[in-house]
Amino acid sequence: MANPQLVMYDEEFKQINVVLEKLLREANAKVIFLVDKNGQLITGCGETERFDTTSLASLTAGNIAATGGLAKLIGEKEFSILFHEGEKDNLHISIVAGRVILVVLFDTRSSLGLVRLRVKKASDELGSIFEKLMQKSEEKEKSGESEFPFAEITDDDIDNLFS
Amino acid sequence: MSFINYASREINCKIVYYGPGLCGKTTNLQFVYQKTAPEAKGKMISLATETERTLFFDFLPLALGEIRGFKTRFHLYTVPGQVFYDASRKLILKGVDGVVFVADSQEERMDANMESVENLRINLIEQGYDLDKMPYVIQYNKRDLPNVVSIEELRRELNPTGVPEFEACATTGEGVFETLKAVAKLILFDLKKGK
Ligand SMILES: Nc1nc2c(ncn2[C@@H]2O[C@H](COP(=O)(O)OP(=O)(O)OP(=O)(O)O)[C@@H](O)[C@H]2O)c(=O)[nH]1
Ligand SMILES: [Mg+2]
Repeated sequence: MANPQLVMYDEEFKQINVVLEKLLREANAKVIFLVDKNGQLITGCGETERFDTTSLASLTAGNIAATGGLAKLIGEKEFSILFHEGEKDNLHISIVAGRVILVVLFDTRSSLGLVRLRVKKASDELGSIFEKLMQKSEEKEKSGESEFPFAEITDDDIDNLFS
Repeated sequence: MSFINYASREINCKIVYYGPGLCGKTTNLQFVYQKTAPEAKGKMISLATETERTLFFDFLPLALGEIRGFKTRFHLYTVPGQVFYDASRKLILKGVDGVVFVADSQEERMDANMESVENLRINLIEQGYDLDKMPYVIQYNKRDLPNVVSIEELRRELNPTGVPEFEACATTGEGVFETLKAVAKLILFDLKKGK
């Protein structure tokens, strides 16, 4: 397949959330999301319940995909940072570790400069966590030790989903 | 590609509805949306032109329930079918787990159907996927119209490999859930095999 499957384990999930919580505080942000490039929400922190996180994740990924397409057209690899300025709230969107998208929503209590600075630091930390994560899932796959929950799945399980 | 989260015990899968312009992709999603219980669906997003043609994509998240203690979510996307939106179609195919090809059964749309299947195959190859090796089903839509091509001919032209196929009328919903269920099943069985 084109990309290895994204798998998330407890240990790394906790580490990621710690980094995001810290970023939320240090950047004075309102809410932060981490989204897979395919549009699936990985995690979020801050005032997440105020937002339709699923839609947000899908549109963010669409946005990154579209600007990535634009970048290729003009001979760039990708635009790794996008900034959208609103009347009250702003969005800072950046690509981390080549495959996940970090979305920071902030208002006048913060500034673009501060967010940029803190995002940079957090990105490095997230980058190394994702690297570990990839290694781990590759190793698990090689050793055949994938604790995959669907190994025993039956026709009935699937029929029940749609009943 | 599916995203498995052992921490929150969730599995997310991406399904893409592909096919020529006006074949009924958006109508499929609208029907699924209407018939799904509020707690099992998110908001449907349509990025469309003023004349309701899909411009970038439609998106419908479904959280149908649990399998073996894992929340199983399907993210349904449609592509814009109009020929000149090819760049957008390629983007939507990124990370796809399963494809539904919606064919327009009307006689005069046969060429458009064939062109679109070919376009699907090529765009998948660009992403490193092989249509013959992935979860894939075909829906023959608009069976209610008078000028339709026979199923035999549709099969011959569009389904030479004999993937699961369904007759449908997306406006009334006939065949819509059968199609979705079939592709979901193929995806989950693929996951079971360890992709
Ligand atoms: N008679 C009939 N009309 C249908 C059926 N399915 C869809 N339509 C109609 O066909 C038209 C186009 O449907 P859409 O779902 O918007 O088509 P689409 O494939 O999303 O088109 P694009 O977004 O341009 O790619 C609409 O007017 C639908 O009501 C069907 O089964 N029978
Ligand atoms: Mg459409």
